[in-house]
Amino acid sequence: MNLNFLFTNFAELEVGQHLYWQIGKVSIHGQVFLTSWILLGALLVFISLGTKKMENDPKGLQNLLEFLWDYIRDLARTQIGEKVYRDWMPFIGTLFLFVFVSNWGGALIPWRLIKLPSGELGAPTADINTTIALALLVSLSYFYAGLSNKGWRYFEYYVHPTPIMLPFKILEDFTKPLSLSFRLFGNILADELVVSVLVFLVPLVLPIPVMFLGLFTSAIQALIFATLAAYYIGEAVEEHH
Amino acid sequence: MLAFNLFATEGGLFDINATLPLMAIQVVVLTYLLNSLFFKPVGKVVEKREEYVKNNITAAKNKLAEVEKLEADLLNQLQKARSEAVKIVNEAEQDSEKLYQEAIDLANNEANASKEKARLEIENQTSSARKQLSQQADDLSELIVNRLIQQK
Repeated sequence: MNLNFLFTNFAELEVGQHLYWQIGKVSIHGQVFLTSWILLGALLVFISLGTKKMENDPKGLQNLLEFLWDYIRDLARTQIGEKVYRDWMPFIGTLFLFVFVSNWGGALIPWRLIKLPSGELGAPTADINTTIALALLVSLSYFYAGLSNKGWRYFEYYVHPTPIMLPFKILEDFTKPLSLSFRLFGNILADELVVSVLVFLVPLVLPIPVMFLGLFTSAIQALIFATLAAYYIGEAVEEHH
Repeated sequence: MLAFNLFATEGGLFDINATLPLMAIQVVVLTYLLNSLFFKPVGKVVEKREEYVKNNITAAKNKLAEVEKLEADLLNQLQKARSEAVKIVNEAEQDSEKLYQEAIDLANNEANASKEKARLEIENQTSSARKQLSQQADDLSELIVNRLIQQK
């Protein structure tokens, strides 16, 4: 399906091209790590600046960070419940921040200006590896949350309210990470593609509303990912009876 | 132009390789970093402030309750003092009324007594004067009778 050889001079848009890094026997997608390091580095710098001088009377960045913290706490608390949300708040918050920073960073920073030998820089969440990694971490988390909170009684969840549910609940353990990863991957990749195609076809004005729509979708996807992750954990630790 | 490379052996949209576990490790590391850099310190400050605000609200509520209690107490006392004052004024009024009535009664009695006395005296004097008059009339008539007898 590679049509590149036909239009080499107009190569504007590349999908499914990667910058491969070889580490020993395995290869990784270098562009994903490059962008994620830049974005996460910026996030960490931002957070370090904001928490450097914490005061009882918050000012400037501290205000913003406290708002963020409050937002994440509310998200975790409403989905996971009062009892254990504290343990999972950093994980939920990290998922939210990682996805949000990746999505927005991918949409806002003109990565295209940086030329790579192969592939191009973009949102780390537009790579299926990243989203599957996040989704599998969520799966591991809710299993761990359920088992550590309720022990073997966690598996009562599979036959709740009736044993007829057993096959569906088992199926759910596979569909949850699948839907989580593909939803995020598909949305972000589609957004990048739409913007790229529009920029390629009509380089002026027209792509701007689509870019705003993309920013909106990106934020919503981060919220959806974090909310669903929290909901799955909450479902695992919930006590029936 | 558009290079769609979906399922090629090398590259493609769904090219899953070691990026996946490494990204997972990176996210776990990021979780620990953010926990110690962001969630813990900010949480400490926010929760400390929430505690502070909560304590202040409780203290203020307690004080308000105390103020209301004191106010009610004062109002109660005021009410009591007022009703006591009204009672005292009423008593004083009744007392003065009583004294006035007594004084009037006394004066009336005295007046009546002296009136009675005067009346009795007048009656006495009248009767004695009548007696005297009738005595004189008797004397005179006797005298007249005696004179008439002597002339004959």
